[in-house]
Amino acid sequence: MNSMSESTISKHFEEHFFVSGHTACSGCGQALAARLVVDAIGKNNIVANATGCLEVFSTKCPQSSWRIPWIHSLFENAAAVASGIEAALRYLGKIDTVRVCAFAGDGGTADIGFQALSGMLERGHDVLFCCFDNEAYMNTGIQRSGLTPFQASTTTSPAGKVWKGNWRLKKSLVEIVAAHFIPYSASASVGFPQDLQRKVKKAISLRGPKYIQIHVPCPLGWGFDSSLTIDIGKKAVLSGLYPLVEYEGGKLTKVFKLSQKIPVIDYIKPQSRFRHLLKDEEALRQLQKVADKNIEYYKLGEV
Amino acid sequence: MRKFLEGSHAVAEAVKRCKPGVISAYPITPQTHIVERIANFVANGELNAQFINVESEHSAASVVLGAEACGVRAFTATSSQGLILMSEVLFNIAGLRLPLVLVCANRALSAPINIWNDHQDAVALRDSGWIMVFAENNQEVHDLIYQAYKVGENPKVMLPVMVNMDGYILTHGMEPVDIPDQALVDKFLPPYNPPYKLDVDNPLSLGLLGDPTVYLETRYALQKTLEEIKDLIPKVGEEFKQLFGRKGLEFVEGYKIEDADSVILAMGSVCGTVKDFVDKKREEGEKIGLLRIIVYRPFPKKIIYELLKEKERLFILEKAISLGMEGPLYTEVKSLFNKPSPKMYGFIAGLGGRDITFNTLEEMLKVGKDKEVSCYFLDVDHSLLKDEFYV
Ligand SMILES: Cc1ncc(C[n+]2csc(CCOP(=O)(O)OP(=O)(O)O)c2C)c(N)n1
Ligand SMILES: [Mg+2]
Repeated sequence: MNSMSESTISKHFEEHFFVSGHTACSGCGQALAARLVVDAIGKNNIVANATGCLEVFSTKCPQSSWRIPWIHSLFENAAAVASGIEAALRYLGKIDTVRVCAFAGDGGTADIGFQALSGMLERGHDVLFCCFDNEAYMNTGIQRSGLTPFQASTTTSPAGKVWKGNWRLKKSLVEIVAAHFIPYSASASVGFPQDLQRKVKKAISLRGPKYIQIHVPCPLGWGFDSSLTIDIGKKAVLSGLYPLVEYEGGKLTKVFKLSQKIPVIDYIKPQSRFRHLLKDEEALRQLQKVADKNIEYYKLGEV
Repeated sequence: MRKFLEGSHAVAEAVKRCKPGVISAYPITPQTHIVERIANFVANGELNAQFINVESEHSAASVVLGAEACGVRAFTATSSQGLILMSEVLFNIAGLRLPLVLVCANRALSAPINIWNDHQDAVALRDSGWIMVFAENNQEVHDLIYQAYKVGENPKVMLPVMVNMDGYILTHGMEPVDIPDQALVDKFLPPYNPPYKLDVDNPLSLGLLGDPTVYLETRYALQKTLEEIKDLIPKVGEEFKQLFGRKGLEFVEGYKIEDADSVILAMGSVCGTVKDFVDKKREEGEKIGLLRIIVYRPFPKKIIYELLKEKERLFILEKAISLGMEGPLYTEVKSLFNKPSPKMYGFIAGLGGRDITFNTLEEMLKVGKDKEVSCYFLDVDHSLLKDEFYV
């Protein structure tokens, strides 16, 4: 290794708190988002990470991509472990200088981890919970979760002769979390990195429980070319299928306005999980209706 | 200071003197008095700690896991269904090498739901990597709390400890308990200072993915530590005795076993009854004794073997069963002996809080006179089993 590349490497380690060398798939939206989040928070931050892709691809013993203190315990308890860390910091008198984050996938947040999350919110712990929403159980091979979108084909909600993919709407988790009347509950997307980092910084400036649900496209699980991650992320938002919203104290305070609205077909076309809709006009119309309803409900189109 | 206390409060008084920084628990009978009393200490400023009221035992165990990982001493208590709900986290805590102390108020497992005492909850967790001790009375459970932290937090150990006490019998039973001065406890138990923790000035990653190239070694290390603890446990017990002037931690307690030809083996509060029974039988001329197992994990194989190898008969009396096999303690004790070995009799009794009385123990000896049994249920009411649904 020559000295030039060494200095490049050490610069890289200095600048980021989540560094490369991990085993994520190419184009992984979650890896990008994780780095954006921890870089926005900085050094004085402890992370409790649930079981899932992020934990698996970032910490294959003896290596770790994390340059901040990090712990993984189980699948469903990230919020509770983070609560314990926060309590310990409070006891140690360090709660004003060290921030606590909990990271989990959509399954670890909306399904199996939901009880622990609700408990953490209700108790008022000073923790930022980030849900990396790739819309299925990816680590175990693309099974349906409560955040899998309407009509998406997964290995446990496959599109077939009878089924048209997932037959339920995505759980309104940002709203459910906001209903705990916590300081901040928001959705964000890795497709809009500046908006994501602004939300993270805003969240950590507030005391108490905060929640950010980050849309992270998954090339393998959604079936798209790994160069399209950011593009797909943007299109999800612009189609109205993934509204970016902010709740403060339980009240909707801000939405990401759609200056250039696109039809859902532009979003789903490159993804094999929606392929069955391309031959099914009625099903496609229903999905467009979901987007239209979002746009109407959150007033995404009004400038 | 000597106080007349129920066992739950004897635990709370000891926990207070260990100064944990984070306490988290979830209500379940017959554990609840423990954390209620601790909550009172915190509410009145007698204990400076974060008391976290969680939404489940799974989260209670996870909260104290997070606190211990930050290098803060923590405490939780539970029972029965709560322990089983925690079980996923308990294996995790041992694997993460976090020296938590948990008090289990031993209670039967559902179904049918039953709030009374047996040992099935704790025994179901025997393979988890936790150090497990069983108390006989309120003084012992009080003293075990101090020693549990002392053993578990030893940098060479770094393992969690489950202190078991019989639900109701001890948790709700009143006994005089000697409570030490704080200064004495501070001398015995230094502040918790772990060799690794979550710290922004020295960022470590804990709980990594251990693939087939490393996982096996983590289990090997756990087993090695548990084997090597055998020297530390009596040392801690001796240090406790020197400072506090009371019996300290030991693996087992022998009661009139030196000249005995028959020995009963048991754990927990039933040993009080068994001791009285031994006295009675000795008056009747029988050479009988009791070996009480205090440390169940690591299992004191050598000690039990050395003490009992020359005995004629061993009566293993258990409040738990490995269904489809026999009492786990019977299996374990039996595995220690080659032929010629003492004759061994396995008995299951007291499940779901059924009283173990002198009559129970008489029946046990009587069965043993006729035949060797491996899994004999004592005090079964066969009239309840007539219905073909049950048998
Ligand atoms: C109690 C428990 N149940 C199931 C699993 C198996 N499991 C591990 S990760 C995972 C999926 C994770 O999905 P998600 O939370 O969405 O994260 P992703 O991998 O998609 O990022 C599952 C089902 C587990 N580890 N623990
Ligand atoms: Mg997922």
